[in-house]
Formats: sequence, structure tokens, C-alpha cells
Amino acid sequence: MRRKTPLILTAALAAATALVLAGCSAGSGGSTGAADTAERTSATIALTAAPVNLDFTTTAGAAIPQALMSNVYEGLVEINQEGEIVPLLAKEWSLSDDRKTYTFTLNEGVTFSNGEPFTAADVKFSFDRVKTDWTTTLKGKMDVVESVEVLSDTEVAVHLTQPSNAWLFNIATPIGAIFSPSGVDDLANAPVGTGPYEVASWTPNESLVLDTRDDYWGDAPGVEQVTLKYLADATATTNALRTGDVDAIVNLQAPELVSTFEEDPAFEVVSGTSSGEISLSLNNRIAPFDDVRVRQAVLHALDRQAIIDTAWNGYGSLTATYVTPLEPYYVDLNDAYEYNPEKAKELLKEAGAENLDITFKVPTRPYAQAVSEIVVSQLAAVGINATIESSEFPAVWLEDVFTNHNYQMTTVLAVEARDLLTVFNNPDYYIGYDNSKIAPIAAEADAADEAGYIEGMQQVQKQIVDDAASGVLFLFPNIVITTAGLEGVPENAIVEALNLTDLSWK
Amino acid sequence: MAIRLLVNLVRFAATFLVATVVVFLFMRLIPGDPAQVALGVNASPELLEQMRAQFGTDRPLAVQYLDWVGGLLRGDFGVSYVTRQDISPLVIDRLQVSLILVLTAMAVALLVAIPLGTIAAVRHRNFSGIAIGAVSQLGVAIPGFLAGILLVIVFSIQLGWFPAGGWTPPNQDFGEFLRRLFLPVLALASVQGAILTRYVRSAVLEIMSEDYLRTARAKGLSKTGALLKHGMRNAAIPVITVTGVQIAALIIGAVVIERVFVIPGLGSMLLDAVGNRDLLTVQSLVMVLVAITLLMNLLIDVIYTIVDPRMRKSS
Repeated sequence: MRRKTPLILTAALAAATALVLAGCSAGSGGSTGAADTAERTSATIALTAAPVNLDFTTTAGAAIPQALMSNVYEGLVEINQEGEIVPLLAKEWSLSDDRKTYTFTLNEGVTFSNGEPFTAADVKFSFDRVKTDWTTTLKGKMDVVESVEVLSDTEVAVHLTQPSNAWLFNIATPIGAIFSPSGVDDLANAPVGTGPYEVASWTPNESLVLDTRDDYWGDAPGVEQVTLKYLADATATTNALRTGDVDAIVNLQAPELVSTFEEDPAFEVVSGTSSGEISLSLNNRIAPFDDVRVRQAVLHALDRQAIIDTAWNGYGSLTATYVTPLEPYYVDLNDAYEYNPEKAKELLKEAGAENLDITFKVPTRPYAQAVSEIVVSQLAAVGINATIESSEFPAVWLEDVFTNHNYQMTTVLAVEARDLLTVFNNPDYYIGYDNSKIAPIAAEADAADEAGYIEGMQQVQKQIVDDAASGVLFLFPNIVITTAGLEGVPENAIVEALNLTDLSWK
Repeated sequence: MAIRLLVNLVRFAATFLVATVVVFLFMRLIPGDPAQVALGVNASPELLEQMRAQFGTDRPLAVQYLDWVGGLLRGDFGVSYVTRQDISPLVIDRLQVSLILVLTAMAVALLVAIPLGTIAAVRHRNFSGIAIGAVSQLGVAIPGFLAGILLVIVFSIQLGWFPAGGWTPPNQDFGEFLRRLFLPVLALASVQGAILTRYVRSAVLEIMSEDYLRTARAKGLSKTGALLKHGMRNAAIPVITVTGVQIAALIIGAVVIERVFVIPGLGSMLLDAVGNRDLLTVQSLVMVLVAITLLMNLLIDVIYTIVDPRMRKSS
């Protein structure tokens, strides 16, 4: 008996383990490891940022609409991969001569996933609800709507207080999502939309399983079940792809892991365009960046191509401001501040700002850590000594930098689509750009016809670049790696939605 | 025995209460506002106010604290205002995962460490003893996550024998569950096994020079016989202490292994909750950990008295 004594603990542990295992459902909300069947009617896609809940009407962030828009929720219109506005729930629409009334003709036979039919009344309900129930400031994009008028079950007129070119695009983003009055009781956990998928299961921070609906009004997606898996660790993500646990990775945030897949015929690598820009934000309110010459000096000091090559393995492209080439009013202003350290030094001398000491608040995100060192070294070469201060993202950064404007220089990935005016046409925004010059141009452009809109927005961009309001290091790539055979994974991330309806196995 | 247990229980309750205050205050002292995180870059002052009212974080601290502790006493962790789901079932789910992972790994580690540590001590002058000592030293030096990454590269990527990560609940597919459990358990157990081997070795070495062992040898018992009959029970005490401490530490400490192997355990849940400033979830998780640590200490105390009769008499 005695000699068994040291084994008691071992035995106890083993017994405890066995007890827990017996019939236990530990982690049953978690990832499934089931092997795929030969027919391959399902696909698993790895994403990085997980939604905390499923309600984008009260919770900000791109992760929720990324999973739900186009898949579970649909709007009257949507944005295609070329950045164009195309019909979705609305078959067609017309604009009145005074450009203040949009009349939409809706598709017939559309139902919500709870069985309710979709009619013009739901459009009115959803648009009105933005003003009453939404709590994210995205709701401001619906302010221009004066009233929504139900003309018939399939016709709805939207009256605007003033002409607005941006509004039609905006309703292709989450604020245009169509809800059913009977489906808004538990948006955080049980979304109800008109899309081809419905949420089959949802485990916060782990996975979201989408199943196709039998009664979807349009073409059925090529894959019956899509699992979105949220993997925080980039290496674990690529390992999961290699061993077949996931079939695709969308927006991989670790370019150094891509090269081994590029040489492998079993995988396909695409570097698409996203709506995200890596900014180098300068606080226009305070010294030294309240001086336009100092800001211009910073822009001349940066060799942006070298930053892309060093920090992000060459993935990404150049842009001068928060406009991507897939936006209709894009204008190439990349040559405005060529890489020229000598000129930077001259500008600094002129401004009396030689041997500057500044702090650089760097969010705790891979892209930010990656760009910070090379930016610091390029600035040091012209006599700006930046001290890196790490800032926990999102919690601390949002409070410190974004809300309290307590920073001199920072960098952040600005992912919102068409965010030029959000960032610069608001002097209270954290950058603090004096918008007195662009405000009238932007207002005029929004009310003008399409040609006038594009011309006005280009003028706005030029003014912002002239004022060196803030830097953009590069346009963030949307790195997508798929297992050979899986097709239809969107290459570009132009709006928040990750449209899964075209997925299919070859 | 009874008094000893009672003292322990009172200590348990007091520690738990102090811990609630500490974790509650700490979560409110660190920078970062849950409403701000929820609203992100679209927050305006009015919306922040609205959100704080919805979360209840605009109420006086004392009210928030009592509200939370009241729920705790009823066994209700409340509803997370970030995920808007009940916290209790999620925590229980994650806790099961962590317990399976950690207890299996510790069991494996002990099964390896006890014989190896004993051999290393008994033959501490021979090659085998020195070799075990050296290898275990190496094991102590290698961090668990590195062991994990190396295991994945060899057994998943190169050989394809085991999945690189992920978790399958045992009641869903038990074979798949074991396949996915194997590498993370190996990664944890190799490091823990090395640590425990060192402890077993030094504990056995120490008792080998005790008088009572020499007496046992003089009575005619062999070296191994004397050790097994009289030594192991005494050597077990420090090993039990370390095992208990390691189990409590690993429940959260396994977070790195959880990240490497994509396992939905308590550690990664805590990490996500802190990142989102999901105050109620963080508080609940910390309290679960405090409870586990205290329970573990209680359990160790009970095991002491079973293993060592002197402890029963002393109280």
C-alpha cells in the first residue's frame, strides 16, 4: 500500500480528468474540426478581428458588418468589386430633377429569414430606425433624409433635405441595411435579414457559422455553409490553412508569412485593395505640427516605398490621402511631396524647428509596430527625434489619442470606406485639421451633379494635400490566400462587407 | 483536522472578498472606457453618455460593486455588455476546456516526472542520472509556446500526423478531440514534466541523506526498497506543493499555448475581455481563478494530511 502513496495525486488527477471528459461538452460552442466531405458544400474562412456581438447598430467596428452585410443583411443597393453602386433589393431607382428625391422599385418575392415578406414599409422602418435607435455616429449619414414615403408595396420614395451624392453610396454600407420590425428584438445575437445566409451559430471571439436559406429570393450561393473563424495569431492562421482546418485567409496581417504560399501550387495568393489607409496622423492643433511647414517637412522626409518594402514586405500601394483608386473621385497626388530629406531640413529650418523632439504614439497592432521603427529612422535623418510610446489598442488609444487628442504624432489603420470627409471635414476630429477651406467645396460637391461631385471632391483632396493635413504611409493591402479549388473569395475589401455569395468549389 | 479545515474556509472567504474589491477597483483604474471601445472611432460625447448609461458604468462605484458582488453571491456573473450574452455559461464552457488541457498535461507530466526524477536522484552519480538532469534543465529553459510551435512544425506541417490547432468538444467526436488535444498537451507536459522532474529529483536526493533511510538500509532493505517503503511519502510533500501551484498558474498561464493551438480556453477569453474592456467578464474570470487557486490550496492541505500522518496530529 505504502509504495503507492506518491501515485495518489496522479490517480486523483487522472480521475478528475476522466470525470470532466465523461459526457462533457467543453468548448462545444467552439470550432468544429469535422473533416470536409468529398462534395465540399462548406467552406471555412479565417479572419483576424472578431465581432464582439452581432449588432452593428449599437456597436462600432468593421468586424460585424464584415460578416453580416451582403450575407445576412442586404441593402437596396450594394458596392461591387469594382467600387460601383449596383442594384440589390432595389431593382432600379430614379432621381428627381431637383436631385432631392430617390424613387426605388423593389424586387418582389423577397422574404426575411424569419419568414416575413419584405415590402416598402420595411425600408421606411429601417431608415427611420437609424435616426431613433442607432447609437454609432454612422447614423449621421442618414441625417440628410427628410422623410421616407411608401408609395406601394414595391415602391418607396426617399426625400432628402438637400441633394446628396454621398447618400446613395452610404446606403450600400451598414446604415442602409434593411431590417424587419419583427426581427430587431435581439440584434446582438439573432440577426434577421433578407440575405442568402442566416446565422446558424455564433460564439464570441471564436466563430460564426452561416447557413444558406432555402427561401432566398435570389440565386443560391455556391457553398451551403460558411464558417468564419476568428484567429488572433497569424502563425496559427497560416498553420490552419496549411493543414486544411481553414480554406482561406482574408486580410492576413502578417505579410512575412505569405511567401511560402506563393511558391506552393496548392494555394493561391492575391493582394487586393482595401479601403484602409495606414495613416501618419499629425496633431494640427499643437506645436510643432500646427505649422504647415513642419508637416510638409515630415512628408518630404518619408520614403514611403521604402516603408512599404521594409514594414510590409512590399505589399500595399501608395496614396497621398484617404482616397483609394477605386473611389470615383480618386486623383493621383503621390508626387506632391517627393522623398527629399534636404528639402525637409530646409522647411524645418524655415519654421525654426530644427532638432525637434516629439513623441510618436504607436497602437499595439502589428501594422503599427511594423511601420514605427522605419518612420522614426527616416524622421531622425532630417532632425526630428521621435520617441515611440506604445498605446494599447483599442482601449487606451481611443481614449488618449482619439477622444482627448493627447498626442503629437500617431499611426492608425483607417478602414472606413470613403472616409475623406469624416477625417478632414471636421475640426473636432482627432487630427484637428482646419476645414474652413474645404467645407464649402465639399458641401457644394455633394449637392452638385455627378461631374460636379467628382470635380469638387478632387479639389478637396488637393487642398488637403496642399495643407499637408496629415500623412498616409500606404494603402493597406487585402492579402487573401485560398486553397486551390475554392473560388469566389472577394479580392478587394472596398466596403466593410465580405460578400460570401460567390463562393464555390471547382 | 476539523479546526484546520474551518480556519482554511474562513481564510478562503476573506481572501475571496478582498479579491473582489481589488479586481473591481483595478479594472476601473486602468485607462480605457468600455463605452469608448464599443463605439470606436465613431464615438461622440452624447453617444458615449448614452452608452455608459446603458452599460451602467455611469453609476457610483459602490452601487456597481454591490450590484456585481450581489450577483456573484447568487452565482450569477451577469450579462456582458460587450457581447450581450450571459457570462456564466461561457465561463463554464471555457473553464472545462482549460481544465481538460491543464489537468491532462499535469497528469502526463507527473507520470513522466516521478519515475525520471527518482532515477535521476538515485543514480545522480551515474550517466543516466546526469543525463536526465541535463535534459530536464533544458526542458525548464524552453518556453511552452516555443515547444508548441516546434511541435506544430514537425508533427503538423512536415509529417501531417496531427492537426495544427483547433478544438473539438469531446462529446462531438472523441477521436478528433484526442487528436487535437495531443500536441498542446505534449507542449505543456514537456515543460511541466521537466520542472517537476527537477523537484522530484531534489526532493528524493534530500531524503536519501536522511537518518531514517540509513536505518532502513541497515535493517537490510535495498536502496530502492528503502526509498520506496520509507522515502517516497516524505519526498511527495514538496512535489505536491509545486504541482498544486503549477496547476493554478497554468489555468491562465496556458494562454500562450491556447493562442498557438487556437484553443478556446479561459486564458484567451481573459485576454479578449481585457482588450475589449469587458469589465464584468474580466472580473468574473479573475474571481473564478481566485476560487480555483484557493480551492487548490485547500486540496493540497487535505492531501498533505493524507500523505503525512504527522500533519493530522499537529492540529
